[in-house]
Amino acid sequence: MHEMSIALSVIEAVVDKAREEGGGRITGIELVVGRLAGVQVESLRFCFDAAARETLAEGAELLIEEREGRGRCEACGAEFAVTSFYAKCPSCGQFRVRIESGEELAVRSFTME
Amino acid sequence: MCDTCGCSGDGGAVLRKPGVKDYHVHVGDEGGHHHHHEHEHGHDHHHDHDHHHHHGEARKVQVEQDVLLQNNLLAERNRGWFEARRVLALNFLSSPGSGKTSILEKTIPMIREQCPVTVIEGDQQTTNDADRIDALGVPVIQVNTGTGCHLDAQMVQRAVRELDPPERSLLCIENVGNLVCPALFDLGEAKKVVVISTTEGEDKPIKYPTMFHHADVVLLNKIDLLPHLDFDAAKCRDYAMQVNHHLEWIEVSAKTGEGFDQWIAWLTAKLKKL
Repeated sequence: MHEMSIALSVIEAVVDKAREEGGGRITGIELVVGRLAGVQVESLRFCFDAAARETLAEGAELLIEEREGRGRCEACGAEFAVTSFYAKCPSCGQFRVRIESGEELAVRSFTME
Repeated sequence: MCDTCGCSGDGGAVLRKPGVKDYHVHVGDEGGHHHHHEHEHGHDHHHDHDHHHHHGEARKVQVEQDVLLQNNLLAERNRGWFEARRVLALNFLSSPGSGKTSILEKTIPMIREQCPVTVIEGDQQTTNDADRIDALGVPVIQVNTGTGCHLDAQMVQRAVRELDPPERSLLCIENVGNLVCPALFDLGEAKKVVVISTTEGEDKPIKYPTMFHHADVVLLNKIDLLPHLDFDAAKCRDYAMQVNHHLEWIEVSAKTGEGFDQWIAWLTAKLKKL
């Protein structure tokens, strides 16, 4: 359950930035979470409300954009969608994938009053 | 709550030392002092700037920041410190019971003639693992993560400050036994060493691919038990290489010492590059 640490990190990042911006109440937070980021989106949502309690972000709405994983085969160069680090190249059948995207775990923006 | 002093540590990590009963340091507290039951929680945050509250005027603030930025920055500071001091820091990761501590108990007497060794032990509770390392006579700090399921860069930074590893030494960081969460948290280590054992399923690398994807070397432990088990070591290795084809793979038995020549050679090569 590292999602609680992740949720706390999100709140910390957003609240720090909100203070710099004048310290208004945060009503919404946009996150980008890749399919290979190692984070369960449902667990993250579950932890988020508790992590936000008694902060500027209490009650904020959490918007999560889930991004699919993309890999490139180091054997034949084909690019394809991946759902895990264990991925077979659809072109040549080898397991020599290099992950190109899908590991994102970022705060994109927040909305404040 | 801190179970030693009853302060409201909120399940935060605590450092302990074997044989020093009243020693405990809360990670996150400022300063290097060891406060024996005199905790200073609730750091005041003074903000001198004006707080402009524009009620009703919602506006969007772009952030574009990695969620783990704070951890990653701290990890890079640890890494820089290790590099400058020529400390080889290794992060040992596995499920509970794969034999991380047993491997350290076997490794330390074999490597300590080459360089000093220090150890950070991560567990939710108890100093049992640190006690085992302490019995070898090397400096060790136990990090009790409380409810936490992984070590993070701040805990390691704090433990390193207490441990003060000497120049040109080996620092072994034994993470909390867990193949999921610790994969995400960079501690500033030079290499990640993942331990699996022959009493586990050989498909573990594909069940927990994130951990194996981030690993540098895998130690397959308990190979002395292979004659009694259906475990297919070659298949397990294939799975691991399919998740991460850059992995190095070493088969050992912490009980009999089999394979340790290869493991010690790996360590020696890394120590020579310091």
